[in-house]
Amino acid sequence: MATLDATPIVSSRREFVDSYTLERYLATGGYEGLKKALTMYPEDVAAQVDAASLLGRGGAGFPAGRKWSMLRKAPVSYLVINGDESEPATFKDHYLVEREPHQLVEGVTIAAYALQVSQVFIFLRGEFALGLEHVQQAINDAYDQGALGKNIFGSGFSIDIVLQPGAGAYICGEETALIEALEGKRGFPRIKPPFFPAAIGLYGAPTVVNNVETMSNLPWIVLNGGAAFAALGGGRSTGTRLFALSGRVNNPNMFELEMVKNTFRDLIYDPRLGNGIIDGKQLKAFIPGGVSAPWFGPDLLDLPLGQDEVGEKGSMLGSGSIVVFDETTCPVRAAWRITKFFSRESCGQCTPCREGSGWSE
Amino acid sequence: MTLYPKKRSAMLALLHLAQEQDGYLSDEGMAEVAELTDTSPAEVRGTASFYDMYHLEPVGKYVVGVCTNVACLLAGGLEMLEHASNTLGCAVGSTSPDGLFTLEETECLADCDIAPCVQVNHRFVRTTTPETFDAFVTDLRSGRRESEVPPHGTLIRVRRSGGLRVSEQELVSERAAAREAREARTPKEDK
Repeated sequence: MATLDATPIVSSRREFVDSYTLERYLATGGYEGLKKALTMYPEDVAAQVDAASLLGRGGAGFPAGRKWSMLRKAPVSYLVINGDESEPATFKDHYLVEREPHQLVEGVTIAAYALQVSQVFIFLRGEFALGLEHVQQAINDAYDQGALGKNIFGSGFSIDIVLQPGAGAYICGEETALIEALEGKRGFPRIKPPFFPAAIGLYGAPTVVNNVETMSNLPWIVLNGGAAFAALGGGRSTGTRLFALSGRVNNPNMFELEMVKNTFRDLIYDPRLGNGIIDGKQLKAFIPGGVSAPWFGPDLLDLPLGQDEVGEKGSMLGSGSIVVFDETTCPVRAAWRITKFFSRESCGQCTPCREGSGWSE
Repeated sequence: MTLYPKKRSAMLALLHLAQEQDGYLSDEGMAEVAELTDTSPAEVRGTASFYDMYHLEPVGKYVVGVCTNVACLLAGGLEMLEHASNTLGCAVGSTSPDGLFTLEETECLADCDIAPCVQVNHRFVRTTTPETFDAFVTDLRSGRRESEVPPHGTLIRVRRSGGLRVSEQELVSERAAAREAREARTPKEDK
């Protein structure tokens, strides 16, 4: 049986149909994390995030605290939020921007305060029309009630957030390609190393790029402390995570689960989660973390949902999206479709991918 | 324009606005974007052509996207695409004779729990069966969904209220002052 004891952190307002409104957000503890953060020293806020050992939720799983510590001191630096969610079968950020936009704005503001950055860009996938509208409304509301702009909540800290719509390109989920798009160019990734965005990023200035889900965790971490977050999960995988389950299951859906405490079998078969395979068929294989991740067979169903646990078996938890194939699924057809995706979405900058992905298809 | 430290950064947002005006990116629209961003029309076209959402040729009032990527494939995305083609009366990648619909095969739209995923003008319409799809198309034809699905090109109906609230100069000096204040405090005050 699945372990579902942990209270949700980033999807706590899911039951409310009006979860995206300022009224609902304020009625459910909204902006309290930011208010608390503003009474702390910025370094102490960053220390809490470090203590939480929050791993970036974008796919690579790099510790957010460590990424922050790499930011070079400079008169101007930027915080860029990556909401270009395009990894096939991933739909967690779609939920977060559409249904919990204020939580994102609050988390982003906390991060900006911790980093002492004043200019933030939230880059959202262009195909999220409703999400874009909800986030823009949340930003407008936040300005109106003094949570953004000059001297927020009387703290002497000022910040501006600009919402930037993407325009349809998978590659812009890669942080340097996203920066190029934000500079108004074709989304070609930059060569790294030697220069990571923390050293030379947007307009050549030091830049931190963080994922939407990573940011959405911050209000809770500030309110409850980094240690409380680190107490959830196990090993390097702390806290909870949004798992996106799709494919041949009875209840394809998004679930927020404590890291490591559950296995793929729990997620796919528990009646409160995936509720088993359609028509009681047999599972043939599953993708553990977005289509970039190598597939697993039924022998690895009892693997815990943790970053290192999946990594050790030769795949990755990646974006936390699981696609289930049953006995009727043709794996060749599925592999062909994924290859076609990479061919279509190749940015075309480097020959091996531009030409090779087409040949593979 | 004033939202961005550099003019060219407004490119993607301006192209969306140009597309909202004309329904697609016309030569005039792109020339205007070039003027506003201090770039050449060729640079604008070169940038726009990289991104799937910009249409350099006229399209229908409603651009219908059907996802056939892996999660939708398993739920009948290809069949839905074929059905859509029949219902709308146009092949994939083309526009119906009445100019109302353009049909596209899309990559994953991040709504995989409600598959196969269909978007109209980048609004999720959540029609997963041929019947609900047809009913939605009938609604579109009769204009019953206009508030929900604006004409193609209109992306963000919520406009930003006001420009930037703080000047970059103010921000830089505020940051510097805060840093000095923190560095001046002794470790004792910290505890």
